[in-house]
Amino acid sequence: MIRVELPYHLRHLAGVTGEVTLAVNGSVTREAILDALEARYPMLRGTIRDHVTRKRRPLVRFFVLNEDVTHEPPDAALPEAIASGAEPFRIIGAIAGG
Amino acid sequence: MTGIRVLVGTKKGAFILTADGKRDKWSVAGPHFAGWEIYHMNGSPADPDRIFASQTSSWFGQIIQRSSDGGNTWEQPGSDGAPASDPTDGPPMPKGESNKFAYDTSEKTGKPLTTHQWYDGTQNPWEFARVWHLEPSLDDPDTCYAGVEDAALFRTTDGGKCWHELAGLRGHGSGPSWMPGAGGMCLHTILLDPKDPKRIFVAISAAGSFRTDDGGKTWKPINKGLKSQYIPDPEAEIGHCVHRIAFHPSNPQTLFMQKHWDVMRSDDGGASWHEISGDLPTDFGFPIAVNANEPETIYVVPIKSDSEHYPPEGKLRVYRSKTGGNEWQPLTNGLPQQDCYVNVLRDAMAVDALDPCGIYFGTTGGQVYASADGGDRWMPIVRDLPSVLSVEVQTL
Repeated sequence: MIRVELPYHLRHLAGVTGEVTLAVNGSVTREAILDALEARYPMLRGTIRDHVTRKRRPLVRFFVLNEDVTHEPPDAALPEAIASGAEPFRIIGAIAGG
Repeated sequence: MTGIRVLVGTKKGAFILTADGKRDKWSVAGPHFAGWEIYHMNGSPADPDRIFASQTSSWFGQIIQRSSDGGNTWEQPGSDGAPASDPTDGPPMPKGESNKFAYDTSEKTGKPLTTHQWYDGTQNPWEFARVWHLEPSLDDPDTCYAGVEDAALFRTTDGGKCWHELAGLRGHGSGPSWMPGAGGMCLHTILLDPKDPKRIFVAISAAGSFRTDDGGKTWKPINKGLKSQYIPDPEAEIGHCVHRIAFHPSNPQTLFMQKHWDVMRSDDGGASWHEISGDLPTDFGFPIAVNANEPETIYVVPIKSDSEHYPPEGKLRVYRSKTGGNEWQPLTNGLPQQDCYVNVLRDAMAVDALDPCGIYFGTTGGQVYASADGGDRWMPIVRDLPSVLSVEVQTL
């Protein structure tokens, strides 16, 4: 199972308190994880990727093994540590203002 | 006994203020949706316990919330189906469709329109940002209108589960010339005519005012008489930064407008406007409201200028005209008269339906003030909320 760490407001919106675990079929990519996340927690549709364009919202970022992979291709295979669930896939709200 | 419910949207959550008909002792509930911007909350006239809320964030986008018990509990509309996956694990989940505002670009329902004017004069794609204003139907609790940024009008007829654009507004012809104001290109005012269910007025910053007489299929600009020195043609049909429009339900032909600069009035449903700023100390401001019992009594909050968004001389004064404009009286009793540098935003003033009429407004400093006597005396209901974005009032 894939482990996903959500930012506070999305955890609250999804009604979860800690990490979420997801089954991802096929290659484990960022896009596949987001698809599985939105299928399991449909109230998160539109919060990470725009509802219509499906593009990443500008102030949302993705971290893998403490590295920012936001600008990596969304269909690139993620490391085995993510695919095996040894490490979480982190979704982070950018630290910005307000 | 009659009660009052004040719905307050702030930059960091929603608050609900309640009192009985005396309006002297208030309870404060909240924050709901803590940490999120609540651009607007509004209750259904047909079912006051049904309230819609626009919960929004620059990080995570738009969420529509709905309450069926007067704001005690909330849900995202559309939760009543089966979960999308794993039905054995917990209660039904929102499907997320209630948060989807997709512009209609179909040939069938409106002219495909994908760009508008940008600050530098080039064309820019129409991009949804947030819901600024929610206006529930006067007679159907499942129908509600939403004014959004980038400017467009949406409607739900199923309690908020799905929203569809009334594409004729953007498609009527002037859309490509609309341009954002400083706060974004927002449709912020929606007035439903109580005497003609097919007539709707809307206002957009910085495009102007528009009216439909056929339930939203076709629209026309209603800006004749507006003069704005800050645009290339001061009397252009499009391009005026209208901040707010209001009417009295008994006389929807008469509209009152707070424009960027100028307070204006129309007595022919917006076909023509004339200025009623009269002896105001400054005619810049954001909200405008009409007394519930006196259709010619109106309220504005003058702000120093478009460059200095605070009251002149540091004195927070509501100005009241009992003559439908031109002659204005400052209302100061109970309001700070020194060192006050807050703003009152366009959706942050409202009235109740009692007699004498209650007037309410919220400030960017987090105060919500109320007057239970038509504006003669004011008191703060609450002083230290986050910056107030919107105030609506329900008379129960």
